[in-house]
This record gives sequence, C-alpha cells and structure tokens, in this order.
Amino acid sequence: MAAKTVFILNDREVRVALPAGTALVDFIRDDQRLTGTHVGCREGDCGACTVLLGTPGAQGLRYRAVASCLFPLADAAGCHVVTIEGLNPDGRSPSGLTPVQQAFVSEGASQCGFCTPGLVVSLTAFLLEDAGLNLDDAVTAIEGNICRCTGYTAIRRAVRRLLHEVGRLPQDPGERLPALIAAGVVPAYFAAIPVRLKELPAAVAGKSVRQPGDAVVMAGGTDLYVQRGPGLAGKELDLMSRREGFAAIWPEAERIFIGAAATVSDLMESRLLAAAFPPLAGFLRQVSATQVRNRATVGGNIVNASPIGDLSVILLALDAAIGLRRDAATRERKLSEFFLGYKKTDLQPGELAAWVSVPLCRDGILFHFEKVARRKRQDIASVNSAIGLEMDGERIAAAHVSAGGVAPVPLYLRAASAFLAGRQVSAETVREFIAVAGSETAPISDVRGAAVYKQALLGRLLFAHFLELFPGKLQAGDLP
Amino acid sequence: MKQNDVFFHPRGETLYVDDLDAFPGLLHAAVLTSPVAHGRIVKLEVDRAGTAPGVAGIFTAAEIPGQNQVGGIIMDEPLLADGEVHYAGQPVACVVADTPWQARQALAAVRLEVEALPPVLDPRQAAARGLLIAPPRTFAIGDVEAAWPSCAHVLEGRVDSGGQEHLYLETQAAVAVPGEKDTLRVISATQSPSGVQRVVARVLGMPMNRVAVEVFRLGGAFGGKEDQATPWAALAALAARALRRPVKLVLERREDMRCTGKRHPYSSDFRIGLDGSGRILAYEVTYFQNAGAAADLSTAILERTLFHAGSSYRIPNLRATGISCRTNLPPFTAFRGFGAPQAMFVLEAALFQAAEKMGLDPAELQRRNLLAEDDELPFGQRVKECRARRCFDEAVAAFGLEAARERVHAFNAANPLCKKGLALMPVCFGISFTSTHLNQAGALVHVYTDGSVSVSTGAVEMGQGVNSKILLVAARTLGVAGRRLRLESTCTQRVANTSPTAASTGADLNGKAVELACQEIRRRLLDVAATALSADSVAALDIRQDTVFSNGQKTDLGWEELVRAAYMARVNLSSQAHYATPGIHFDRATEKGEPFAYHVYGTALVEATIDGLRGTAAIDSLRAVHDAGSSLNPLVDRGQAEGGIVQGIGWMTLEELLYSQEGRLLTDTLSTYKVPDIRTAPAEIEVRFLAAAPNPAALFNSKAVGEPPFMYGIGAFFALLAALRALRPEKPLPFAAPLTHEKILTWLTED
Repeated sequence: MAAKTVFILNDREVRVALPAGTALVDFIRDDQRLTGTHVGCREGDCGACTVLLGTPGAQGLRYRAVASCLFPLADAAGCHVVTIEGLNPDGRSPSGLTPVQQAFVSEGASQCGFCTPGLVVSLTAFLLEDAGLNLDDAVTAIEGNICRCTGYTAIRRAVRRLLHEVGRLPQDPGERLPALIAAGVVPAYFAAIPVRLKELPAAVAGKSVRQPGDAVVMAGGTDLYVQRGPGLAGKELDLMSRREGFAAIWPEAERIFIGAAATVSDLMESRLLAAAFPPLAGFLRQVSATQVRNRATVGGNIVNASPIGDLSVILLALDAAIGLRRDAATRERKLSEFFLGYKKTDLQPGELAAWVSVPLCRDGILFHFEKVARRKRQDIASVNSAIGLEMDGERIAAAHVSAGGVAPVPLYLRAASAFLAGRQVSAETVREFIAVAGSETAPISDVRGAAVYKQALLGRLLFAHFLELFPGKLQAGDLP
Repeated sequence: MKQNDVFFHPRGETLYVDDLDAFPGLLHAAVLTSPVAHGRIVKLEVDRAGTAPGVAGIFTAAEIPGQNQVGGIIMDEPLLADGEVHYAGQPVACVVADTPWQARQALAAVRLEVEALPPVLDPRQAAARGLLIAPPRTFAIGDVEAAWPSCAHVLEGRVDSGGQEHLYLETQAAVAVPGEKDTLRVISATQSPSGVQRVVARVLGMPMNRVAVEVFRLGGAFGGKEDQATPWAALAALAARALRRPVKLVLERREDMRCTGKRHPYSSDFRIGLDGSGRILAYEVTYFQNAGAAADLSTAILERTLFHAGSSYRIPNLRATGISCRTNLPPFTAFRGFGAPQAMFVLEAALFQAAEKMGLDPAELQRRNLLAEDDELPFGQRVKECRARRCFDEAVAAFGLEAARERVHAFNAANPLCKKGLALMPVCFGISFTSTHLNQAGALVHVYTDGSVSVSTGAVEMGQGVNSKILLVAARTLGVAGRRLRLESTCTQRVANTSPTAASTGADLNGKAVELACQEIRRRLLDVAATALSADSVAALDIRQDTVFSNGQKTDLGWEELVRAAYMARVNLSSQAHYATPGIHFDRATEKGEPFAYHVYGTALVEATIDGLRGTAAIDSLRAVHDAGSSLNPLVDRGQAEGGIVQGIGWMTLEELLYSQEGRLLTDTLSTYKVPDIRTAPAEIEVRFLAAAPNPAALFNSKAVGEPPFMYGIGAFFALLAALRALRPEKPLPFAAPLTHEKILTWLTED
C-alpha cells in the first residue's frame, strides 16, 4: 500500500494513496477528472499539460510552470498544484475570464484550443514570478508551449495586450500576490494557500517521499519519464528534491558547489553563479524550455550521461568536479573522468551524485557556449560546445573545451584544451586547435544529423567561440 | 457569440474525445502494429494475450464480421492486416482491456511473426517497378513539343519536397458505445463523420442507419483526420459491438506518428522554356508522388497537384503528368494544400533557376508571368475576377520591396558571415472539392417555442472557426441575436451524407446550407407576422434585432412572441436545407472542365537570414496581401492565414521525416520531429486583406481561407536560397525541401 501524498490541488486539500511514481497528469485527469490539462506528447515537448507548482521555501511560496506528464505525484507533497480549473474565476459565464484568458479571446489566440490551457498556465506563472515583465521574457515563458494552429502570431498579440493591461506589478512577492488577486489573474483563494500549506499534516506529507532501497532514484524526472514512461507509475521513488541541501548552491574553498538537485532555473537565478560566470544564465536559456528547466537538475543531466547533455558540456568547460556520495562518505572525481562510455559513468551502485563544484578564478574566466539544433529552443543539440579560458594577459593560461554530439559521451576535448594552454589567440592557433579537436572526436549519424555534418558543425562552433570571445582577432576569412 | 469554443478553450472547459468518460463499463483499446515495412505474417497467436490482466477481448482480421476494408476512393486498405503487411505501423490486432496501460501491456503477449520482404520506399523506384496506385494522369494545354524550339531559354531539373507530420495536438481518438437493437454510437475525432459511418457499417456488415457518428470538436486536424481518423473509430466500433461495452481508443503520440499518414513527399522532374523577355512559353513536369502503401486520398491529392501545376502563372503550353507511386510507408494523406503546395514548389524552383540563368530578379520573372483575367488554365477553366497581379503589386508597394532589397544588399555588404535574402510568393488556389460530387452540404435548423434556435450542419469545428461563421450566417439571416443560437455537435443522425470538412470549403458549403434553412424559416415567420400585424404583404416586413420591422419601423412584435404565434398557428419551425455549388463540373476523360467555384489569390514577401558560420537560418518576416473576399470574420481569417503561413514555413525549412533503410520512421516523437515553436515562427507576420474585394461566388461575398496561406511559406525556401547565393555565388543550389540547418551547413562546407 502506497503512503499518502498530501497536497493542495487548486483550492482543495487532497490525500492520495496512489504509487509515488504516478505521473501528476494522470492523477489530475483520470483520478480528479480535471480534463483541462491535456496530454500532447508525454515527453515535456509540447506544454499542453503545464500546471502551476507552488513550492514553499525560504522566500515564501513560489509558483513555477511544470510539465505534469514528467512530474511524480509524490513530489507534489506539501505543495500547491494549480490546474487551469484552479485559475478560472468563479462562475461559468464567459465573462469569467482572467486577464490572461481574456487576452487570448480578444486576440483570437486560441483556435483548436488544445494548447490553450497550458499557455494560460505558463503565462500566469510568468506574471506570478517574473520581475521585469518584458515581452521577450514573456515569450521565453511560453517557449515550451507548442501551438500548431495559430503560428504564434495571435499569441504574441495576446501577450502584448496582457502586458499592457496588467501594467506594472510589485516586485515584492508579499505585495505581488495580492496585486494579482486584485487584478483577477489568480482567484482569491490563493491568498490563504501559504498558511494552508503550513497546516498540512507534515508527517504524512514527508513520509511519502522516503522509500526503501529498491525505489527509483529520481531528481527532476524529466529524462526518466521520457525513458520509462508509464513503467514508473507503479514505482516507489527516492526523490532527490526531498533531500536536505541537495538543491543548494554555495561557495566553499575557492569553489562554487551546486547541489545535484539544483534545477536549471536555480542555476539561472543564482547570484553566486551570475557573479562568477556572467554569461552563464543567458546560455542556459538554450537548455530546453521553461517547464523543463524548472525541473531538470544538474545531477540528473550528468548521471543520465546523454552525449549531448547541455549542462554536462557546460560544466566540463568550467572544469567541474563531481561529488559522489554513499551513506556519509563522499568521493570526488573530475567530471572529465566521470563519463566512461555511452550512458556509462563512474557512478557505483549505491552511490548518489551529491554535488558538482566549479573552481573560481581570481580574474574570472572567459566562458562561451554554442549550440546548434534543428530549432533554436526546446530542442536537443546536433552539436554543442563550451569553452572556458583562463587568461594571462594576451596568453591563454589554461583552457577547458568540451563538446556534445561528437562522441559516445559529453566529451572533454583533452588534446584541444591542452593545445591551447600557453598560446596567444590568432587565426593560426584557432585553425590548428580545430584540427586537434577534430582528431579526438568521432560523431555518428543519427536523427540529429549525419556524422559529416556534425564534424563540420563542431569546427564551426569552435571557431565561433573565438569569434565571440575575441572579436577583432578573427575574421570570416580565417575560417578553416 | 459567446457560446463559441474560443470562450471556453482558455478555461479548459471544452471536451475532446479523451476527456469524455460518462460511459459505464468503458474499456480501452490498444493496437498491435507491424514492426516491419513489408512482409508476410507467418504467425499471429493471441491466446496468451487474452489471459493477460484486464484483457476483455482481442481482435484480428478473422474477427471482422463485414468487409475488412477501410479504403475510400480505392478499396485497397484492410482495417487489420490479413496475410501480409505493407508498412511499419500497419494495424494487425486490437487488444481491449480495462485500462489503456493493461491493453498496451497485453500487446507484448501477442505472438506476431513476420517474414520480412524487401520494402520499396522511394517513389521513383516504385514507378520503375510499375508499383502504381492508379494509372498516371496528364493535364495538357497547347503543345509543349512545338514550343521548345521557339524558347530562348530552356532549363530542366529535379525538385524534391518532403512529407510533413500534421502534429494535430489531439491524437487520433474515438469512443464507440453499443446501443439497443444492435446500434452503435461512435464519437470520433474525425473531419469526415459520414466517412466513419460508412466504413464502420461496412466493417461490421450492418446498414448505415444503425451507426450514428458524432463529432464535438477536434484538437487540430489539418487534413490528418479526413480519412485517417476512420480506422481507429472502426476498431473501437468492432470491439464495442462484439463485447457489448463502450470502447475508447486514443493513440499515444508515438503510435500516432508511426501509424498515420502525412503530407506526400514528391520527387519531380521539370523542363521550362522562356522567351528572351522572360515569358514562360512551355512547362513540362512529372510528379512522382510517394503515396505510401494504400491509396487513401492520394489520387485526389495528385489531381489537385495537376490542377495547380501552373501555380499563379499563365503558361500557354503545359504538360503535367502525375504518377501516384505505391511504397511501403504509411499511406500518405490530406494535409492543408492537398497536393497544390508540391506543385507550386516545383514551378517556383524552375522560375528561380530560370531567373538566375537570365540574370533577372526572380520577382521580376514572377511578375511578368502572372495570370490575368480570362486566361485559360491547363484544364480548360478561365480565371474570372483574377486578382493575381493586384495582390502582387499591392504587396510590392505596401511592403516596400525596393527598400527591402536595399536593406538586404546593405546588410550583405556589411556582413561577411551572415547573409539575408528575400523572395516573393504569389498564390492562386482553386476552391471546391475537385471531386465535384463532394460540393454539397446539408443543414438542419430548429426554432424552439421559447425562441431559442438549434443549428446543425455537416461541418466539423477543428479550430478553423467554421462554427463562428455559421452562427453569424444564422443570426444575420434570421435577424436574431447570437445569444439565441446554439450550434450542435456534428452528427450523422441530424445531418446525413456529409462531405468531409476539408478543401477549405467548410464555411462555404455548410454556411450556404444554413442560410437556405434559415431563409425558409424566416419566410414562414414573415407570413405569420403579416397575419399578426394585419399587414397587406410580407414585402414590407423584416426581422432584425429580434423584432419584426414594418416599412422600416420597429413593431411591437418581438421574436419570442412571433415564434409562439407561429407554433400556435401550426407553422413548421424546423427546416432542413441542402446546398450544392452551382456551375462546377469536370470530365476526367478529357481532363477538362470548370472544377472550381473561384480562386483565392495573394502574394507574400519573405525575408530570411542565414548564419553562414553555424549554418543556421531564421525567417525574419513574412508579409502577405491576401484576398479574403469580404471576410466573414476577420479575426478568424487572420488566424487561419497566420497559422497556415507558419505551417508552410515549417514544411519548407524545419520539419523533416527520417526513415531507416528498413522503412521505419525515426522521427516519431516531438523530441525528434520539430515543428515551429514561438522562436522559429517569424516574429513579424503581417497579413493585409485585399480591400474592396467581394466574391459573389460565395457566402456573403466571402472567400475560403483555410489552405491558400499555407503556400506563402514556400517563399521562405527561396528567401533562404537567395541568402545562400549571397554566401556562395557560384555553387549550384539545392532544390530539396526542407532546407534544414544540416542541409545548409553541408551545402556551405561541401566542395
């Protein structure tokens, strides 16, 4: 018998005795008969199943959009889950529309309607959380929502109208929620949710997440649900998100430590990381889309060992180390030595990835990331690459270069990195560097591209690193 | 019209098939499909699966009581494979269980052994082996052979365009519910309720009057649910009737992508001849259509390809041959444009190459050859109310072609690695089903004694806004407020023998039928009003704003009172009407006739940028002048145009179907088959409706809108080619769509 998971669904407290691995969307649709949340793909690639997840934390209750098809029921414990039905204003008259919904109606942004609730939820999450409320950030908030009917043009118009009508919102979370309730963006019952969450029976909520040793270890679940699908439904889980401190980001001994359960969104919001690596958050926008970034974790991305993992490639170029924990003992390995073969890592049975750490360089490093996929956003790279350069005046003191999609593992380009050390940046250096990198890569042909394409693309992305980092030192004509 | 779906979609309150659950004893079906593209079934054992947990029944071809046949135009497609399999994903058996999970688990227990045979995947290879769906057809005008010698320029080449997954967000779905006296109610996500009814009756060996098919709405279709919703509904019906319990069948995304047909890939050969001034004198083209393993709608689609061989251009000597090739892929099917985009793409490719050879701007060549009033099309119809040149010239002026050209030149001169390109894309698209008999529709209107009105038609709402147009027609014709109206679900028991909602004709045909039905009721009510008001004649009477007007003056006789008076006088408050498009005909023996009620015109200007370092592309903007007639609902029509445009861009630049050598679809998920997202779609899309452009040939002077804008997207391909040309001035360009990032970088880096 599964333990009970207790949370608030819309305005009702629910106690659920379904297995921990049940996908949240199945509970919402099949058990609760809330059918406004739609299933479009079951791999987090369409956004039709987007729900709001309100998580209590140090900064109060925070709401984020998540893909409910990739979300384990057990991880809702103690949280506020909001479906489209939970956003609808009271009453069933068509005038009962929130400003987000009304903007869709006014601009004709809904055609077949299948994607619409997900879009409304994503934009509501944006209004709840985003500081600046500019158009580009609003578009980023809905990058993970696929619409096949409108061509997004009317959706853009609806977003513009919405931003215009909502105007400015208070930055302070304590003031913003009342403002959004007053504006009708979320119903009044939201006001009492923080208190109600605190009053949930904590013991029951907590019990649901610690499971015996044969439970599936799950971080964000964004890969596990795609790989194992409904097979997870009957499973009990060991949720990384419920382990104390696993999602933290902290400085220690000239390094920054990133807990394995920190999400991509956590990384993007980290002031510590932003200070050390200013361009990082911008690069992370190229990782998946908002709903998945809100769940996908650093540890999951690394342990999944996808040869094309964006985070793995980025962390390799930051010269990261990984902490592997068994019981109380933690051993450390260079990330560049962690990947052993296709989907094979140095993670031993019984071990968990606990953290990764990246060294801080006194003068900072030059860091750059490149990714080319079929699409610019919400897509898996054909080839990606990152570079971290420690400079000594004009000279490269140390270099760490990585690439994905060109080997069975996220590849640390050892020879190419070594080649750069001690050299000055010139067209000649870059050409030779690309040749060295080419000698240590061996892409295969698959749906992400033919091997010959990937090899050519790698060369172009390596060139792009230098073009972006050293504008003026390279010309287009220097391309090998 | 606040009862329209668009007010309920954002609240998540509209129901799709998978949302319906009020069926006690509901069972769930899953389908076992062929793992190989071609082969002989040597073993099919279902006993072990029958005892799997929750399983209620298993169905193979042997369990089909009627005909094992779902073919529409040609009877060549079994519902469940019998003896042989002809594509990977072909249904072989159907398992029904208590839950969808149990049904899918039980599939693994079915023992299916197939002796693999070599598959044919390429249409040219199929044609060489004589594997054709139907005999080739040729449309011709003038004499191409006689014209070649007088051409100053003659070019020939090959052009390829890929298939396209519909990616309707709601996957294929149906529920079948058995009723008393051996009847069935089937709720299906189909564009063709009568098509489903016909096939269910055929498969079950029962008369059509015992099968009721009902459709509430579709979560997108785009042609993908015209024929291809039918097998899933038929399987649910087969199981429901045998087990006497309701059965639901909803495909998972990957199943849907693997099993269902998509837009036809084409491979074509062309030869084009022009005079010294750039006028097209002759054009010869052969289309090899990859039809897949069964006919489905392929012959009709190929016919529309032939109808649009000349695109927007006047071509005095033309010969177009279409060959529908049978391959071992899932039967390709209808998709927005229905074969016309493939034809237009070939001719635009030919013109682009001719322009390069002649040192002309492609836009200049396009303009010189545009259709004009009364020009004869290759199938004998003359174009009337031709707006090709008007749209083209307005686009050039309104969107500033000259300024755009200068912008592109300046950008390209300043940027060695990134280049821009632009292209114009004129569209001329014929409206009507090319199978003339399909151009009919029915409507049923009831006025209830409280004055509320129920409207039924054969049209299916799938997001295209047909319901909003129909309600508008009913409200205008009856003279009542929209709030009094309710548009019913589409049901074969209320409106029979429906044509599929397709060919952009849903509003044209069904709206006209509703207009006729409402006019009839209105006539009867005016007679009642004349009596009630003691008016001399009905000619002075009118119904507007829920009130009877006499000689332009409001009377005291309101709508509700009028309806009650009619009922008390025993006047019929219901009306059924039928509409058939007048004047259209086509003779397939001579390949001549007037198949189209009218044409839709427009021209788009597309601007694109290629990052020559990374080989990535962006479509920066697409602006179009579009002929919507007198739009019935500009918000809806604009949405149709914008959505079609982005699908067209996706087809040309992004969406790619990849198959293994064995004929298995490799891009069968949303993580591998990419459709445009909000960052891929151009941030700037502008659709300007042609002003003062009424269309007397259709409903309230409007024009159909669903398909034509899709073809503006073709311009994206040629804008990218122009940018490629700026990057490598000498190299022969690739005329194969989609022009993906991979193809761009490969072209740039290959010697």
